[in-house]
Amino acid sequence: MAACSIEDVLAKAEQDEAEKLKSITVQKELDIEFDIGNLVAYDKNRIDIRQFREQKKDDFLRSLARDNTQLLINEIWKHPTERVEEVIVVKLPEPTTALPREKPPPKPRPPTKWEEFAKLKGIQKKKKTNLVWDDVAKNELHRLRNIARAQKIKVPGVGLTPTAQQSTTDLSRAVNVAKVSTASAGKFQDRLPKEKAPRNTGKKRKFQPVIGNFSSEKQRQLDLLKVMDSKKPRLDVNKAVNKQMREDDREESAAKFRKGGKKGRKGGNFSGKGKGKGGGGKGRAGGKGQGPPGGKKGAGKR
Amino acid sequence: MKQYGGVIKPKTKRAKRFLDNRAPKLTENVKNAMIMKGGNTSMTVTQALKDIYALKKPSAVLYKKKNITRPFEDSTSLEFFSKKTDSSLFLFGSHNKKRPNNLIFGRLFDFHVLDMIELGIEKYNSLSDIKSSKCPEGTKPMLVFAGDAFDHENEHKCLKSLLTDFFRGPVVPSVRLAGLEHVLHFTALEGKIYMRSYRSLLKKSGCRTPRIELEEIGPSFDFILRRTHLASDDLYKTAHKQPKALKPKKKKNISHDTFGTKFGRLHMQKQDLAKLQTRKMKGLRKRRGPAAAAVVAGETSLKTTEVE
Repeated sequence: MAACSIEDVLAKAEQDEAEKLKSITVQKELDIEFDIGNLVAYDKNRIDIRQFREQKKDDFLRSLARDNTQLLINEIWKHPTERVEEVIVVKLPEPTTALPREKPPPKPRPPTKWEEFAKLKGIQKKKKTNLVWDDVAKNELHRLRNIARAQKIKVPGVGLTPTAQQSTTDLSRAVNVAKVSTASAGKFQDRLPKEKAPRNTGKKRKFQPVIGNFSSEKQRQLDLLKVMDSKKPRLDVNKAVNKQMREDDREESAAKFRKGGKKGRKGGNFSGKGKGKGGGGKGRAGGKGQGPPGGKKGAGKR
Repeated sequence: MKQYGGVIKPKTKRAKRFLDNRAPKLTENVKNAMIMKGGNTSMTVTQALKDIYALKKPSAVLYKKKNITRPFEDSTSLEFFSKKTDSSLFLFGSHNKKRPNNLIFGRLFDFHVLDMIELGIEKYNSLSDIKSSKCPEGTKPMLVFAGDAFDHENEHKCLKSLLTDFFRGPVVPSVRLAGLEHVLHFTALEGKIYMRSYRSLLKKSGCRTPRIELEEIGPSFDFILRRTHLASDDLYKTAHKQPKALKPKKKKNISHDTFGTKFGRLHMQKQDLAKLQTRKMKGLRKRRGPAAAAVVAGETSLKTTEVE
């Protein structure tokens, strides 16, 4: 009994499947050929002329078209689909029908002057590998940063911490920095015979951005106006003192020279030196003592 | 530096882009069609040209003025127009007593006529005659060619290729399933060619693939094949030549047999078979005395091994 029911169930399932597929199956003598890349179907079956004449032309053609389109759609649905932005799309293969081109295939362009030169010289294009962060360098950099933080000094530039690959610019910069870091700021370090002097070693001027902090810019402008408005001149004490000292020195040396020049020319040098030193020292001390009041006076005269 | 063959050397980037678009490329643009009228045209012909322009939009240009030329005799003005609009397909409509309601479909290669086929319209229903909702402009149509004439006769084969080229639209890698609406059906029967245009409705069937129902929309033509002008075989060969760069690259040492199995080839150095390390079988070890001859357990072959 159970066996019978299983058979019945299977038979019923088969029937259902057949019915489902009936709606989309089409019987044809010859299988039709497809070019799915172009969405084309070629039906090579012979068309029954008698049937064509019996039926109304349009109806016959319409039913033929329906059958062929059904087969084409069946074939298209066999291809893989994917979902692109809430839309189901079917991926089409390459078109198979050979169709003539519009224009002849492009000719290879003639090599440029550089390409010809490179070929002549045998220069090959070197591909730069993608830079990968080096763990060793990372450790080194962090170590130096920690030291700097502990001792509150600045870390040297990125190029000076050792990395795996150092370009020529990095190395040359490192050499120049090392040369300058002697006691006499690199003044007595000889250069190698063909080494060139380092360029771009001036002070880099830093400018404020054009449109930055509006409040700070406003403050700066107002301060400038205030300074321009004020009647009292601004005073730089250091500058004034140095200026005064230089003036005093000059006066003294001029006086000594006049004295030394008129009288003893033989021992003039020695006397000049000794007197100049002693005089200079005494004068300076005096000058220093008088400094601030003198300075103020000097500024007033100015 | 690219040589711009032509009078104009581009001075702006936009001009350069424009010229590069029209220059020969590896993968080409969609073929543009120019639709024009001859010295004398009838209502049928003008309406037919308008309908085909609607099918072929936006990669088509419809000229309003009449052009007094005969394509089969003199094709210079066609070539001039194709250079101006960068079109490689044309449709020329005319009407005279000898050839009433005449349409000439043709294509060009390198701005010279490749082939042309003349079709006469015997019966015509325009887009406006058939009242139904139409497909949106620019949908890629499905093409069906029915009838054994398209396979046996040379002129019909050429016509098949020309019509595919004309109507297929841009070549796309994927297409929206719901957008497969437009069907163009060509039937070749008794020297006549019937063109019908339908809108396909995808109905529910029991399974994944839908059932198709067709609804006639667009223009329907009953053509009769008249004159043809086909190119010589070697011109066809030159036109079909694909640049080498487009060929798929062949992988070395991999081959397929007729069943589709993939075979790979391994190249080994020369091995001394006597000194090969095989499985140690204690029983087969050389014994002192009259012992059995040592049998090598396996012989590795140096030729093909099955991959996959």
